[in-house]
Amino acid sequence: MDRRDTIKSLLLGSLAGGAFLTGCRLDETEGVTPEAAASDSEGYGRTAEEKIRDEKLLAEPFFSEPELSTLAVLCDLILPADDQFGSATDAGVPAFIEFIAKDIPEHQVPLRGGMMWLNHRANRTFGAEFSACTEAQQKSLLDEIAFPNEDAPELQQGVVFFTLLRSLVLTGYYTSKMGIESLGYQGNVPNNWDGVPEEVLAEHGLSYDEEWLAKCANADRDSVAEWDEEGRLVS
Amino acid sequence: MQIKGSSKVYDVVIVGSGAGGGMAAKILSESGLEVAVLEAGPYFDPADPAQRTQLRWPWESPRRGAPSTRAFGDFDAAYGGWEIEGEPYTRVPGTQFEWFRSRMLGGRTNHWGRIALRFGPLDFKRKDIDGLGDNWPIGYEEVKPYYDKVDKLVGIFGSKENLANEPNGFFLPPPKPRLHELYYIKAARKANVTAIPARMSILTKRINNDRGVCFFCRQCNRGCMVHADFSAGTCLIFPAQKSGGKIELFVNSMVREVVTNEEGKAIGVSYISKDDRKEYQINGKVIVLAASACGSARILLNSKSSQHPNGLGNSSGLVGKYLHDSTGASGAAFVPALMNRKMYNEDGVGGFHVYSPWWLDNKKLDFARGYHIEIGGGLGMPSYGFGFDITEMNQFFGDIKGSYGPGLRDEVRRYYGAVIHLSGRGESIPRKENYCEIDPDTVDEFGIPVLRFHYKWSDQERRQAKHMQDTFNEIFHQMDGQRIGPSPGKAADYGLLAPGMIIHEVGTTRMGKDPNRSVVNEYEQLHDANNVFVVDGGPFVSQADKNPTWTILALAWRTSDYIIDQLKKQNL
Repeated sequence: MDRRDTIKSLLLGSLAGGAFLTGCRLDETEGVTPEAAASDSEGYGRTAEEKIRDEKLLAEPFFSEPELSTLAVLCDLILPADDQFGSATDAGVPAFIEFIAKDIPEHQVPLRGGMMWLNHRANRTFGAEFSACTEAQQKSLLDEIAFPNEDAPELQQGVVFFTLLRSLVLTGYYTSKMGIESLGYQGNVPNNWDGVPEEVLAEHGLSYDEEWLAKCANADRDSVAEWDEEGRLVS
Repeated sequence: MQIKGSSKVYDVVIVGSGAGGGMAAKILSESGLEVAVLEAGPYFDPADPAQRTQLRWPWESPRRGAPSTRAFGDFDAAYGGWEIEGEPYTRVPGTQFEWFRSRMLGGRTNHWGRIALRFGPLDFKRKDIDGLGDNWPIGYEEVKPYYDKVDKLVGIFGSKENLANEPNGFFLPPPKPRLHELYYIKAARKANVTAIPARMSILTKRINNDRGVCFFCRQCNRGCMVHADFSAGTCLIFPAQKSGGKIELFVNSMVREVVTNEEGKAIGVSYISKDDRKEYQINGKVIVLAASACGSARILLNSKSSQHPNGLGNSSGLVGKYLHDSTGASGAAFVPALMNRKMYNEDGVGGFHVYSPWWLDNKKLDFARGYHIEIGGGLGMPSYGFGFDITEMNQFFGDIKGSYGPGLRDEVRRYYGAVIHLSGRGESIPRKENYCEIDPDTVDEFGIPVLRFHYKWSDQERRQAKHMQDTFNEIFHQMDGQRIGPSPGKAADYGLLAPGMIIHEVGTTRMGKDPNRSVVNEYEQLHDANNVFVVDGGPFVSQADKNPTWTILALAWRTSDYIIDQLKKQNL
């Protein structure tokens, strides 16, 4: 099978048959396919130096056990499971945060110190470290710092910590397989973009204008382009 | 040190494998010449599973694509960035410049935006219009046939718009606009800003039987495994090798200088092999520099000899001078109409499907040159940074408290795809006072003296950036958008990015008829050594508000034809 056929097979992955069907079954294809992309074990395209750096970072621990368990509690308070999808810890978010703290060292002191700040606040308020507080107590502590509050400047460091942590939890979750499924992102697969779906256009009260659409006309993507002298596509 | 050499003499030695070097390698080798290409980085083919980042998922990276090791994130194709370990550069205090380098076969063409804008007739003759800078010694009519050939060889989508300074080309069909782009078109028209289909070197339709067709993953910056976008390796060097062109690739080879003989004529280049860290010499009848505008200027300035005491090609003192990058400023807005989106695959091609070419006459404005607008947004694939702006967004809804717990998922869904980014990319004024030179004190890890930059924006660029912000704000207003963050004002230079950040730097070996006022002639041939050519962005007299790649390709082809002709006539 040549490259030309491989392209067709790439498109088969997401198109419901139609113009690109070649009579060649997907399992007969060779070369690069999305299926191969999902299963190949070549890593994610690292250079030798990058591989060494990744391995080094993965091998060295950063957070202590108590820090990791506090982090896990925080992660799941921020993003708990719902009836369809798992929680932040189900999606491996604490491990991502530990890695990113090693990868981007500027995060280390704000994260470690932020958890200490929160433990201090918990001790003063409830006489226990954050992870030992009841869920209701934990939530009341987070309520203080989950949104900027100009009336409570003494909480500002906590707000900064929480904002960083929530950002990392959201990134960690929504870049995981579970998170991307829960978001509903449909892309990163070969397809044939043919414009915004009709029902979405209707919902927004928009339409493509005829003149613009005419420029985009692309009936036979797979035949080799030829132009006349004026630059008009003739094939 | 003993410099190792071989007695072999190539017809042409090309330094650099990006747009200019790749095109020269293709045209020269296919004419039957024996060509050596030196590249400072490793071999690269985006189809190689070990190097492929396309169609990877964010979770395949432990940092989820964060830009810790690659400037544009883990999945970007560029090996390099603005900072490279062991390869420093310096700046004169009080000035700015950021120098992006990609050390790999194909250079920066592996990750560029594929935005492929040919210059128009006005872009070669700006001095005639506003009295600033200089005209090119050639005009659109000289370059047009080569633009046409590049369109057909490499492939570009776009539309014939019959705009005076945005010439028609040989286009493949552009992709239909995405949802946020439809909002942009509507708002731009209300603001009297032109909006037309984008022009990018991405194959929306087959162009030959060797390269694949775009399958719309929006990841051109990762390099395409089916070679459906342009990069110099996949579209120029590999096809030339396949068609029997004699190209010998020397990868991991960092060129130090051009070697000249007693008559001052170039005989070869010396380079350091990164594999054994020893210096070698490779000989050629013709030397073609394509190491990027600043890279080639550095090599020329480091090529000092008794015949060329100020560096090769530098009798005018202009090598490194007139360095100029595009201006750049951006803004983003939250668009309530785009909240709570229906999900569908909106990836499309890498980058925007719609853009705004420069639409005004500068005679009525307080700055001299134009800019174009690029549009970002949509239901993109999450990567590191996703969700970071949620507090910012919540501020548009003053009554929302909490922002954690079960409701957070709803907030994420509400805002996903509801932000539009606008970026202006404009033409700056080339000025002799903006330059790179050799730092007298500093070498890189290969012992090669490094560049020191001296660059300052002028009020021309600042006023242009102000106009960009005013335009963005008007367009945001027309789509009932809420600007995210304050619109940068005078104190922040209206968001004008540091020179070098847009990675369109050109002008360091500018072309001209007068050897006292230029470095190369209209065929990109050094005035001072007729067998040395420069085919990167260095020869640009001015850069237009267009991305330089298409013009680099057209001029490199034109120069290659000239080299072939001159070799036949035994003039080199």
